[in-house]
Amino acid sequence: METSAWLILLCPLAGTLITSFGFRRLPARATGIVGTLAIAGAFASAFATFVALQDRAEDSRQVVYSAWDYAVTVGVDAKLSILVDPLSVFMALVVTGVSTLIHLYSVAYMTEDRGYARFFAYLNFFVFSMLVLVMAGNFLILIAGWAFVGAASYLLISFWYRRTTATSAGIKAFVINVVGDVGLVLGTFFIFRHSNTLDFLGTFDSASKDFASHNGALTAGLILLLVGAFAKSAQVPLHTWLPDAMEGPTPVSALIHAATMVTAGVYLIARMYPLFELSDGAALVGTIVGAVTLLVAGTIGLAVTDLKRVIAYSTMSQIGYMVMAVSAGAYVAGLFHLMTHAFFKALLFMAAGSLISAMGGEQSLDRMSGFRKAMPFTFMCFVIGGLALSAFPLTSGFFSKDEILGDIAARGGGWWVFVVIGYVGAVLTAVYTWRMIFRAFWGEPCREARELEEGHLHHAEQPFNPATGEIEDTQVGFPGPEHVIAERAGEMRGAMSILAVLALVGGFIQVPFLTSGLEKFLDPTFADSRLDLSPSNGLVIVGFVVGAVISIGGIYTAFVIWVRRPGMSTQIRERFSAAYTLFVNKWYFDELIDLLVVRPWAWFGRFDQQTFERVVVNGLVGSATNVVKAGSAAARALQNGFLRAYAALLVVGVVVVAFYFLVQSS
Amino acid sequence: MSVSWFLVVSALVFSIGAAGVLTRRNPLVVLLCLELMLNAANIALIAFARMWGNGDGQIFAIIVMVVAACEVCIGLGLVVAIFRRRLPIDVDEIRELHG
Amino acid sequence: MSEVFFFIAAIGAICGAVGVVMVRNPFYAVLALVFHLLSLAALFLLLEAQFVAAAQVVVYAGAVMVLYVFVVAYVGAAEPSRLRAPVSAAQRALAVVFALALFVELSIAVLGSALAALDTGGPTVGATFGTPQQIGQLFLTRFLLPFEVASFLLLIAAVGAVVLARRRGGIHEEEAQRLSVMDFSRPLTTGTMAEAVGAPLTRGAEPRTLGAEPEDADRAPTGGGGW
Repeated sequence: METSAWLILLCPLAGTLITSFGFRRLPARATGIVGTLAIAGAFASAFATFVALQDRAEDSRQVVYSAWDYAVTVGVDAKLSILVDPLSVFMALVVTGVSTLIHLYSVAYMTEDRGYARFFAYLNFFVFSMLVLVMAGNFLILIAGWAFVGAASYLLISFWYRRTTATSAGIKAFVINVVGDVGLVLGTFFIFRHSNTLDFLGTFDSASKDFASHNGALTAGLILLLVGAFAKSAQVPLHTWLPDAMEGPTPVSALIHAATMVTAGVYLIARMYPLFELSDGAALVGTIVGAVTLLVAGTIGLAVTDLKRVIAYSTMSQIGYMVMAVSAGAYVAGLFHLMTHAFFKALLFMAAGSLISAMGGEQSLDRMSGFRKAMPFTFMCFVIGGLALSAFPLTSGFFSKDEILGDIAARGGGWWVFVVIGYVGAVLTAVYTWRMIFRAFWGEPCREARELEEGHLHHAEQPFNPATGEIEDTQVGFPGPEHVIAERAGEMRGAMSILAVLALVGGFIQVPFLTSGLEKFLDPTFADSRLDLSPSNGLVIVGFVVGAVISIGGIYTAFVIWVRRPGMSTQIRERFSAAYTLFVNKWYFDELIDLLVVRPWAWFGRFDQQTFERVVVNGLVGSATNVVKAGSAAARALQNGFLRAYAALLVVGVVVVAFYFLVQSS
Repeated sequence: MSVSWFLVVSALVFSIGAAGVLTRRNPLVVLLCLELMLNAANIALIAFARMWGNGDGQIFAIIVMVVAACEVCIGLGLVVAIFRRRLPIDVDEIRELHG
Repeated sequence: MSEVFFFIAAIGAICGAVGVVMVRNPFYAVLALVFHLLSLAALFLLLEAQFVAAAQVVVYAGAVMVLYVFVVAYVGAAEPSRLRAPVSAAQRALAVVFALALFVELSIAVLGSALAALDTGGPTVGATFGTPQQIGQLFLTRFLLPFEVASFLLLIAAVGAVVLARRRGGIHEEEAQRLSVMDFSRPLTTGTMAEAVGAPLTRGAEPRTLGAEPEDADRAPTGGGGW
């Protein structure tokens, strides 16, 4: 099992290296194939590890393998070690599986892009980093993987680097992620101070002993870790980077900002569950933030018109569910939703990529309509993904979302608030998802749709940035000239089909009363959990019914508003114009952060440069040099060329010296 | 009339010469004051020669005279050269060698 | 009796010295020095240094001072620039003070020293003391090396004086026209310390112009100005 575990990491790394160093010698599409094969190799290794893990006895399924020691001395044990246990293998399977499909999709989608090889190198690097993160066996490697993932995200968001919108978005993502990194590192330190080991298993095993009297430090450390998780998973208030990150190519959005990177925060909380269970405060913070995010993101998703941004806010909302779940103790449910969400969200993004290609790069929902006849396959994928996202009965999303809400309800008491919030969010989810689908696929076909029905794929006369309208006149650093739709690319269809099937049937692995495959698989990891959330049968059935009603009701509502009665959406918007303005402006978070953080920081920087630097630093340094200059000027003044001055110095000197000797000898 | 009287005279002439070097601006006069100081040294040397009763001091005094003559030679040559370049013959004006 | 001579000679020497220092006209200063030298010769005689006294008169007062007179005549009674202020009273007072201090200290050093023989007139010396015979003997035996070196020194001084005073570099009109391109292309302060330390170059910062007087006698002094 050790070999296959290390191979999980080494395959994507090899893919990156081969692509980055060999791209000149490989033919054009070969880099894409190499990248995809590398991740496929990682998936195969993950599967082999999974099989080997299941072969082991139940209580020995948490194994640590170390490659070498960085610094092992008194008080610190920093090693390059990976932890192979059900949770990490689960995450590795999800990450590598979805990544392989997205790589396959990208082989076709990124055709003719000047940065084709660079794309696959970055993407492989990202998968490598994400695997380092999920397989880390100690805090050190976790932090390393965390940072690498942030870097890969930046590289991929700014992939079309000549677009200023893309580079600004990349910087924004990176800066907010760095805030999270700081939280992560500080949180690690707070925990390390009392646990005295960086190792996960060591920390967890002695957690109740170490932190018995240091609960405050533990809570502080965990809240700092949560800051890191929130930044990475785009939870309020560190979420503003995710919608802007849609500037990256669609496969990037699918992989990083739907299925994998943004779930890193969820993974972190799940991994640290022994510590969270010791600190109710931190767990409550996580639950509250998850709940708030799912509501806020859901409302914004109702109002925005950019196709990818609707899906991005949907991601944010669903991750809110996951964060809420794992913070409240419903670990298996949260991870189950992570898996199903990876399937249907990646599918939705892939389908969105196809639709945007059909529109010739245009992303606004206002311009799209009536693509049902022109793009049947894409439409079908949207429908399947939308059904799963809205938790339509028997789709995978249905089972996972209702399990979350059922498990939280099982905690009873005040936790029902979160359940209610979860169901409200489910209403919003259904409405905004089907708003998107109905707007894009129903109605009178738009010009691009009509062209496509006739078999001609629309291309803009001049490539332009859909957000700003800026003309993009070269191909270096800008999107390539080709627009590829799923109906015409086999790779894309293949990847999307697999995900569609998974989105439909993936939920059957964990159907209440019938199967509990996931729960049994993850049991060794969460065996020490003090919370054993099992909702009663009645609660489960009620949950199913409510969930089904909400889902179908929401879809029907969206149908009515956007299909049956065409003017109704405008009327509703005008009736609730205040709320609409709030939602469309994303609850003014960007402006708030600008006011509270960016402007004071900029002021501080200017102050430092103009006042402090000039007066204090330059003054100090300048005064040091001025002192030296004055001293040397004084010394220089002695040699003024004046003969009489020299003579005077001589005479005075002799007088003084003779006086000294006379006085001394007397 | 002891030797010390001569030494006092020597000291007096020396200090007068020093005052002159410090005060006068004409380089010729400055050289003259330097001569004064050298001559003061000569008096002291001859007085000590008389005190010890051997001729070493006198020899020394003659060598001092030789040196004074050479120095005057060169100094006056300098003054002539300065005069030839039409610079003012003023010690306060000739101060190019400065830092 | 010898005390009387001593006082006369001493007063003469001191008056001559004071005259050198205080007289304005350099020619008169030279004459004062001559008077001083003659008084010194008398003092030497009182100290039984006959040869040195004669040498003083012949060489010093005779040759060196004559040289001085020649130069003073050539240079002229070049008093300091008409427009320059004379040495300020403060500087003169200070000079007097320090010279006085020097005198006092020298006197104390000499008179306060433990040399007992200072109070005497010295031992009785033979008749050959201070005669040319004795001097010559000393020069050619004990002090042969200083003798020879002194002659070298004189030779060097003579050659040096000739070199210093010859016509090269003098500003005669035909010499002034022999300027090179280098003189135009660099400022006058090239290579001076002023240029090295970056002192403000007020004069001489522009290259020389042809035929212009490079300096005039009535400049106000500035730091770093060129010739």
